[in-house]
Amino acid sequence: MPSHTKNTKIPLLSCQNISKKFGDKVVLNNINLEIPHGKIIGLLGQNGAGKSTLIKLCNDLLTPTTGQISFEDQPLGVNSKLQISYLPERTYLDKTMRVRDAIQFFSEFYSNFDIKKSHTLIQNFQLDLDTRISKMSKGMQEKLQLALVMSRKAKLYILDEPLGGVDPAARDHILDTILNNFDDDASILISTHLIADIERILDKVIFIQDGKITLQSDADKLRARRHASIDEIFRKEFKNAR
Amino acid sequence: MKFIFNNDQPIYLQIVEQLRIYIISGKISPGEKLPTVRELAAQARANPNTVQRALNILEDEGIILTERTNGKYVTSDTRLIRKIRHRLATDNVSKYFAAMSALGFTQEDAIKFLIKEE
Repeated sequence: MPSHTKNTKIPLLSCQNISKKFGDKVVLNNINLEIPHGKIIGLLGQNGAGKSTLIKLCNDLLTPTTGQISFEDQPLGVNSKLQISYLPERTYLDKTMRVRDAIQFFSEFYSNFDIKKSHTLIQNFQLDLDTRISKMSKGMQEKLQLALVMSRKAKLYILDEPLGGVDPAARDHILDTILNNFDDDASILISTHLIADIERILDKVIFIQDGKITLQSDADKLRARRHASIDEIFRKEFKNAR
Repeated sequence: MKFIFNNDQPIYLQIVEQLRIYIISGKISPGEKLPTVRELAAQARANPNTVQRALNILEDEGIILTERTNGKYVTSDTRLIRKIRHRLATDNVSKYFAAMSALGFTQEDAIKFLIKEE
């Protein structure tokens, strides 16, 4: 059983020498990264860079070709899946469900699901408990998924493109929700290609290009060094690599 | 409290500068209690870690104090506040002269211009 004392020396999540091949295609090449406690981290890269594959590996949905992933120094397993709350890129909820059914589904599936919190978030997003998901716009579905994911009391939230397919006003609302629900000990890993929208809330950034990590840094330190926004820095790095 | 950020400078520095101005200008009074880190982060729509970093700097400067269980307060040391206000005002003057010099004004002409316009 995990101890209840917070040991901040052990990283929350650690990827060591991770590579992933699909047949002959190398999608991830020697990935090394650590997610500490209590930080918001951006996994930034273009579409097809390998972000979603890396995230699926961290959620034990795929097996690495080489390397190891540990959660609190233990291999991935039942505990890591309980403590990691994952928002996938594509909505996966049964569209015939109503919002309240989705809440019930999550509360039955996850022992750390906070029903009260889910109601608060649903209200904040101005969603109705009795609306059917099939009748909701894409933006509303994204908000619902995020509400469900953030209602779990997890140690690590992994959000894969939480701003995708959503209008700018809704993006702000989503960012505010992520920030306001950021708990002291928990960490949030946000994977996105929409860097300009998200960069101001990030503690640390990880750039991934063609399956490799090209840069890892504290966000503000990087801005200070390069006198530029993370978005600009990323674009320059990306251009240089081509 | 409103905060405006641009992404090409460290966010924590921008919080430091803007909070400092709120304090120096008296919008937050000497001795007044500050909102919590979380409340500030929500108002600024920023990461609480970044807000904490900014507050640590202001605390090193002495214009903010932490009272153990009670939270953070603006200093009651009005002399320190005046001193920092003077420093910031001097910076603004330097910026004014630099900007006017770029337009071709000498320092003397820039001063004359200012008196005339006011």
